[in-house]
Amino acid sequence: MIARTDAERNEYRHVWVVAELRPGEVESVTWELLGAGRRLADARGCELWCVLLGKGTAGLAGECFARGADAALVVDDPGLEHFVDEAHANALSALIRKHKPEIVLCGATARGRALIPRVAVQIHAGLTADCTGLEIEPDSGLLLQTRPAFGGNIIATIKSADHRPQMATVRPRVMVEPPIDPARSGRLVRESFDPAWASKLARVLEAIRHAGDGVRLGDADFIVAGGRAMGGKKGFDMLRGLAEVVGGALGASRAAVDAGWIDYAHQVGQTGTTVQPKCYLACGISGQIQHLVGMQSADLIIAIDKNPEAPMMKLADYAIEGDVFEIVPAMIEEIRRL
Amino acid sequence: MKIVACIKQVPGTNDCTIDPETKRLKREGVEAVLNPFDLYALEQAMLLREAVGGEVIALSMGPPQAETSLREALSCGTDRGVLLCDRAFAGSDTWATSYALATAIRHLGGVELVLCGKQAVDGDTAQVGPGIAAHLGWPQATYVSAMPGVEGKRLTVRRMNEDGHDVLEVDLPAVMTVVKDLNTPRVPTLRSCLAARKATVTVLTAADIGADARCLGLDGSPTRVVKTSPPPPRGTKTVHIAGDGRTCARQIVHELRMKSLV
Repeated sequence: MIARTDAERNEYRHVWVVAELRPGEVESVTWELLGAGRRLADARGCELWCVLLGKGTAGLAGECFARGADAALVVDDPGLEHFVDEAHANALSALIRKHKPEIVLCGATARGRALIPRVAVQIHAGLTADCTGLEIEPDSGLLLQTRPAFGGNIIATIKSADHRPQMATVRPRVMVEPPIDPARSGRLVRESFDPAWASKLARVLEAIRHAGDGVRLGDADFIVAGGRAMGGKKGFDMLRGLAEVVGGALGASRAAVDAGWIDYAHQVGQTGTTVQPKCYLACGISGQIQHLVGMQSADLIIAIDKNPEAPMMKLADYAIEGDVFEIVPAMIEEIRRL
Repeated sequence: MKIVACIKQVPGTNDCTIDPETKRLKREGVEAVLNPFDLYALEQAMLLREAVGGEVIALSMGPPQAETSLREALSCGTDRGVLLCDRAFAGSDTWATSYALATAIRHLGGVELVLCGKQAVDGDTAQVGPGIAAHLGWPQATYVSAMPGVEGKRLTVRRMNEDGHDVLEVDLPAVMTVVKDLNTPRVPTLRSCLAARKATVTVLTAADIGADARCLGLDGSPTRVVKTSPPPPRGTKTVHIAGDGRTCARQIVHELRMKSLV
């Protein structure tokens, strides 16, 4: 919504975090956002609200208060049980129009990245995707949003001066989860579900959670990834074993996915997932630029390869020249012994 | 079925410069390629056309050189190419871009399905697909990895999320963004490339599609890029480790332990 004068802008107050929910639980990105949102709310001298849209959400408010929220805005209704883009967007747009928050944050997850752009268009607000940094500009009080673009080759700072709210999606695992204070409490703001929000045009027939596939790529602190040199499914079984002992996720290069050794859900890089783990262990991945742009912002990069001249070996903090089929089993043994 | 596949020309991976004035990625005079995700949108459009009949239109917004990407789409088998090209569009953020594309789709008339790649690899925002859906007021499905069913004006699709997938039934018209899992894009033939070279790419301006100039370009964009900079350098020198498997493993596990990573 366009707010050209100070008076119009001043109608918008408070920082909102739109919670990312799974049945009966709150995803950790929500806590990370409450940590970031608390800082912004304190800098603006306003409240931090957590928005809980779904079924059975009223019971989750306490956890939000314990992590810094001053209020929980709850719509607890079967009409929002499954994520249907239109229904959730209609609900959030209506709540924003009514309560007028100054800043709205949401996780840059599959759902967040579908929901928030729809809302931003509906309410004519500015939106920045996939932020890695958020701060308040001291003089203007505006939200400065920092984000990588072009696979991390450019860092851009973006603001939205004349539109409210200022909206951003934030990458999971970038902001720090705040400490839990069980003594903190807050205000419950309940809104009822308006049947007009529901989508007449789209329905979720089935929601399937893939069980037993280990840690999710985007959430992992540690990623063990394999490339062409893994030679086949057996090579990935070995890497899966290492991922299990380090409590990490399994990643792959495009070559390995295209060869059918592992599912696309594991692909890291330009046409796969962009990841930012604490440690990325690349096994037999030569390091095509399209792969590097998807993982080069990892805190620590370790490469194992026979070829010391491979681009991944040059990028790595630790370049191990050797046979991955000897080194990985030895690593598993070594870690088990700890 | 009348299908629009939205495509974007993006700078080649190694080549990106920033316009000092708009602080956005410079698109003129740089080596350019078709956004890789858009190939899956184009392929799916063609598969649907083969299954139920109809027409596939490739739609893009960009400078005159973006015509090259539309010709690439034509060589893959698209029926028509439409380029939105006007100074008025320059500097548009995702809000203004999705407004322009939605307005063009409305102008084309009778479109039942809009397919987009899940995101473009230059901006990486994934915001334009849902933005188009919102401007049109159509339902949407993002990260679509399978389309098992087409029944009249209804599509059944599978969409991916972090911990699994949903099966969704969507009534047309609708907007969908697609991922690589969906299909294997066909390779253009010599014949289709030659035909594409001769085909007409329709160029439309803001006035042609009846767009509201206040919603376009830098001035019509709610967001503004205020600063761009290179990312902080990694700054670390590579430590080389070599030897037999056990020695290497012992050394790297020690390093991981020192960093509390295991």
